Amino acid sequence: MLPLNPEELGVIFLSLRVAIVSVACSLPIAVLVAYVLARARFPGKILVDAIVHLPLVLPPVVVGFALLVMFGKRGPIGSLLDQWFGIVFAFRWTGAALASAIMGFPLMVRAIRLSIEAVDQRLETAAKTLGGSRAWVFASITLPLALPGIITGVLLSFARGLGEFGATITFVSNIPGETETLPLAIYSLTQVPGGDARALRLSIVAVVLSVLALVTSEWLTARTRRAKSDDRR
Amino acid sequence: MIDVDLEQHVGSFVLRARFTADTPVVGLFGRSGSGKSTLINAIAGVTTPGRGHVRIDGVTLFDSEQRIDLSPQDRRVGYVFQDSLLFPHLSVEGNLLYGHHLRSTAVRFIEPRRVIGVLGLDTLLGRKSGALSGGEKQRVAIGRALLAQPRILLLDEPLASLDVPRRMEILDYIELLRDEFHIPIVYVSHSIEEITRLADTLVVLSDGNCVGAGDVDAVMGRLDLKPYTGRFEAGTVIEATVTAHDLEFDLTTLGFEGGELTVPGLNAFIGERVRARIRARDVSLAVQKPTGLSIVNVLPGRVTSIREESGPVADVEVAVGETLLTARITRRSLVQLGIHVEQELYAMVKSVSFDHRSTGYA
Repeated sequence: MLPLNPEELGVIFLSLRVAIVSVACSLPIAVLVAYVLARARFPGKILVDAIVHLPLVLPPVVVGFALLVMFGKRGPIGSLLDQWFGIVFAFRWTGAALASAIMGFPLMVRAIRLSIEAVDQRLETAAKTLGGSRAWVFASITLPLALPGIITGVLLSFARGLGEFGATITFVSNIPGETETLPLAIYSLTQVPGGDARALRLSIVAVVLSVLALVTSEWLTARTRRAKSDDRR
Repeated sequence: MIDVDLEQHVGSFVLRARFTADTPVVGLFGRSGSGKSTLINAIAGVTTPGRGHVRIDGVTLFDSEQRIDLSPQDRRVGYVFQDSLLFPHLSVEGNLLYGHHLRSTAVRFIEPRRVIGVLGLDTLLGRKSGALSGGEKQRVAIGRALLAQPRILLLDEPLASLDVPRRMEILDYIELLRDEFHIPIVYVSHSIEEITRLADTLVVLSDGNCVGAGDVDAVMGRLDLKPYTGRFEAGTVIEATVTAHDLEFDLTTLGFEGGELTVPGLNAFIGERVRARIRARDVSLAVQKPTGLSIVNVLPGRVTSIREESGPVADVEVAVGETLLTARITRRSLVQLGIHVEQELYAMVKSVSFDHRSTGYA
């Protein structure tokens, strides 16, 4: 069955690029939102929590449609971004990355938030009495201790991004070489006569990528855990 | 100089604490729930009191009237927690230097090498904090607080999570750093033994109120504070001077205001000052001068007050010269011997325990 032809490799690299860029861009925002949700108390917190979780409960097509309305060429946000920064999401691979970032965001925030909540706040208090500013304490104590949760969040969001279908196809359509990611390519192949064999090949690639991501994350998590409780020689 | 006057409401609990101290170690004593932790959290700036002030050596950390409220990171208060709270992802060295790196060189006066030496941490430096024993953890926590260049050290029940031999070891280290670094220490505990061993000033907290504050000997001697300082541990602390050694029988004679005490041989120079603690239950009373007795220390005195409770025992305060000894006897003996205030009698001291050599600030 293998090796893969250039067309298939293009699909795989595009998928990886979309997933990696979406995770990289959403991670800092997710950490910030997770920290605020875990530690801060403010009116309207439930509302923020609900909005963050919305992509998890909405049909992906609805999310894609909302993105199309907001970030389309004529959309309120899309037109401004185009004018000011020359950033265009509509029918570009960046739009696919935005769609998978939004869909993976609740999973990422949830995992990070749980691990931040598990960090003993008194450790942060101790760090403050030792002279650490709030930002420094966050960077030097909270973040490293929440690392396993951050890794889990990254993995979940990455896997979700690789598999994103509904929001992507609605928002940026299915343009080979630009927005045709793995799931979209597999779907297209199943729609043409005799495409089943190639759909299977790409499906196997999808399985391998997902398993690799899972194993990598498990390995990283185990490593940070071991580093933390190491040398009980 | 520590100057604290604070009022804080936490739910229905009200803390009103006020004391000043100009001694190396202040003991903050009280049962659990008496407000000790609330008080030191307020001193450290972890919580904000409603009213009052905190001044350490002339520096105002908090003053509600002047609207001064330094953040914890700017207070330079070395807070050592009950369960040490070492950073689990850092090595011992990383923990020790955490605060050191955050202080500007202008305020640094304690060198890492000195702290590592005094606390005996050299062999632990490369280890992860999870691999340490309880006593080692507490030593690292103390070192970490010291290296953050504190104006004052707050030790919140630092021995609470340790077994007895470790406690003695950590107490020795705390004495060492008191004499070595000259930083005022507030030592919080619900154990009067630890406090009388270390502290020079004693503050007694009960239900959020300062019920007694002052010199350890004076506060410990107050019968009206006995319900707080504890019935089992009631006793008297006396400052004494080594006057003679009897090498043949391995005995040491101590002189104090009110007389002499003979105790098992002490490893101390003649003229050295020691702090001796005589527990109330180790003092018996005789209305006539006793003879044919194995007890060596028989001191003539006069009854100044009697404290009776509904239980089987009564505390009798006896003035031996200038020193007030407390004797714990049964209420039946009190009645049968007809002991009353102003009566002349003899106090027999069965044993004496010793606290630290009072070195203090040299």
